[in-house]
Amino acid sequence: MTKNKIFWGTVAPLAAILNSLVIVYIILKIRGVDPIEMFKLMISYGFDPRNLVSEINQTIAYYMAGVAAAIGFKMLLFNIGIDGQYRMGAFFGAVVGAAVNLPPVLHVLLIMVVAMLAGGLWAAIAGYLKVRRGISEVISNIMLNFIAAAIIAFLLSPSLLGSLPDGSQNLQTKPIPKSGQLPTIKAFDSEIYSFLFIAILVGVAYWVMLNKTIFGFNLRATGLSFRAARASGVNAPGMIFVTTVLSGAIAGLVGLGTLLSDTHSFSMAFPSGYAFTGLALALLGRNHPIGIFFAAFLWSFLERSAPVLEFEGVPPEIVIVMQGTIVLSIVVAYEVVARINLRQQQRAVGTANIEAKTEGASVKENK
Amino acid sequence: MSTDTTKAAKAKSFFKSPARITLLVAGIFLLISVIENVTGAVDISSPGTSGATLRFAIPLLMAGLGGLWAERAGVINIGLEGMMIVGTWTAAWFGYLHGPWVGLLAAAVFGLASGFFHAVLTVKIGIDQAVSGLAINIIAAGAARYLSGIFFPPVGGDRTVSPPVDTLPSFTVPVIAPFLKSIDDKEIFFLSNVAGLLYGITKDLSIVTVGLLLFVPLTSWILWRSKFGLRMRFSGENPMAAESLGINVYRTRYIAISVSGMLASLGGAYLALVASSVYREGQTAGRGFIGLATVIFGNWRPSGVFAGSVLFGFTDALRVRQNESVMALILAAGVVALLVAIFYSISRRWKPAAAYFGIALFALWVNQRVETIPQEFVTVFPNFATLIVLTFLAQRLTPPAMAGMPYRRGSE
Repeated sequence: MTKNKIFWGTVAPLAAILNSLVIVYIILKIRGVDPIEMFKLMISYGFDPRNLVSEINQTIAYYMAGVAAAIGFKMLLFNIGIDGQYRMGAFFGAVVGAAVNLPPVLHVLLIMVVAMLAGGLWAAIAGYLKVRRGISEVISNIMLNFIAAAIIAFLLSPSLLGSLPDGSQNLQTKPIPKSGQLPTIKAFDSEIYSFLFIAILVGVAYWVMLNKTIFGFNLRATGLSFRAARASGVNAPGMIFVTTVLSGAIAGLVGLGTLLSDTHSFSMAFPSGYAFTGLALALLGRNHPIGIFFAAFLWSFLERSAPVLEFEGVPPEIVIVMQGTIVLSIVVAYEVVARINLRQQQRAVGTANIEAKTEGASVKENK
Repeated sequence: MSTDTTKAAKAKSFFKSPARITLLVAGIFLLISVIENVTGAVDISSPGTSGATLRFAIPLLMAGLGGLWAERAGVINIGLEGMMIVGTWTAAWFGYLHGPWVGLLAAAVFGLASGFFHAVLTVKIGIDQAVSGLAINIIAAGAARYLSGIFFPPVGGDRTVSPPVDTLPSFTVPVIAPFLKSIDDKEIFFLSNVAGLLYGITKDLSIVTVGLLLFVPLTSWILWRSKFGLRMRFSGENPMAAESLGINVYRTRYIAISVSGMLASLGGAYLALVASSVYREGQTAGRGFIGLATVIFGNWRPSGVFAGSVLFGFTDALRVRQNESVMALILAAGVVALLVAIFYSISRRWKPAAAYFGIALFALWVNQRVETIPQEFVTVFPNFATLIVLTFLAQRLTPPAMAGMPYRRGSE
């Protein structure tokens, strides 16, 4: 059974990627270019050392978003609020980081703690609404994303927390002093954020927390069956709240790689859309820290290598379509696999005791 | 059917009779007139504002109705935003090629197709409804940008704007509009304000606006008077029971979600063809999500969705106008809150009285102390209002019981 699970667990993502490749192949064919040639171009461009470095840097942010989403998924929570949480985290991390003066390591730690707090607290709103008011976290988080963006845009005005450096069109927070910056690793005339190590640490911590702690056990139990967990003494609503906050805290770290090693200040140029990406990566990586890593790398690889298509007359946005189809293919694949498994189980149960089985659809657990 | 406004918080039964609603509306107008005279913010009821309100409200209304159709049948449609993008792009491109009417038709057809796609994924295959919707948003945005890059002629090295489309015909309601204008010009207290507001929505009225507005009564009629509407609501409330009574839940949902896509897409088409005359990247600007908000705000009723979209359209219209108007409205809200507080203290319900009194004080403080309301906050007012409604009025909302839940034929 477990062997079967691992097999399907790797086959389904690969099949999804293959499926979306086929779709992109057809789209490119219609465009009148040679798809294989395009893929080759993307690969050679994407694996160019300099681009590889920027891909790794982007992977760090995506990885954080993926882990944040995965924590939610383990609880059957759909944390679509990652976007707002990440903004809150990066923004307040930048503001506090610029305002204080501390010894080097402590300073960075403080920024990280503030970012996690900001992201976690922002997620806590959705968590509270979910647990106490029974409001779907999907709706509340969508609204909260917009509100977070507005609050930050407001706070970034020069009379409040933002400033407009000379010759720049972009409002940004005051720069974080040297002691609050993280060094970069030189590689191929380019620089890798050392935040990479923290991302790895978060991945390990996520795995240990989930699989080796009582908290993680309770979390998984509540995710699998709210009622059963509650019946066996787990504070299930409390678990939902804590998980939401935890997911938000990790989401608060998404922008820190860029913030600590590159820009040293938050601006409106910080990209959005991490919510969908995070959810997509958690789905593609099956909530597993290593799976999410590969998914995150694939995502940033696609994005960084796409611009080369522009020269061949293919708009690079084809990659967005590809990402969307990968996500759809993967969930469809899981659904189909789950149904096949269910049918096999039902058949097994059915042949074992035919007389006890009257209708063949009551085995719902064990997905 | 008329309890949909969120003000139901005050006194639910108060809103049951049409006469009282008329009274309430008149009261609001009276308040606006007084406020306008006191503060000199003449923009609130000016014809320009009411006309703009209508133009801003229609896309939200269509997205909202789209969300309503899907959710009444039991499926949440997060993909409204993407379906609106489908509408803006197809309307502009086909409108440019073959004229605006064809553009409108194309938007309807492609919207129907995008809704059908969502239905196949969520009903037939049964994947998570939120994932499907999100993916549709992403794919639609990506596809629109990809196709723009191929088809649109570059404007200054940029291919994010479509070539302009001919405008659709609009008309000024004969007799009534000039009559209203004559009253508006006389500047009589109250009467002129009402006339000015009505004048704004009767002049230069696009045929499309009128046509799309008809979807409100039509949806109402279908939901509560037709056989299909009954099946639809049944599928949303209790698909198991519906199935056991011989209703084909799958087919009902297929139809409802496809229509949902069509409506949202028409809302997008309105943006491209009527509110402007081009497709522009990012034109929908989160309106699909605000449409989703109006569904909640309107308590899953067509008239409520209409009320919600007018309210949100109104804030949108004010945003692009003057700050004074927003300030005046905050003052108005403060006055209303004060009245409600007095109402509660008369009936000795101190807790709500204190709460409303606090709101009134806050509004007054903002009005006196804050110079300008940041545009950002006006922009997210719909999102904020929806969260507040969800937080404090969740018990009064009556969403379809099974909206968003997975359902497979033959399983529990």
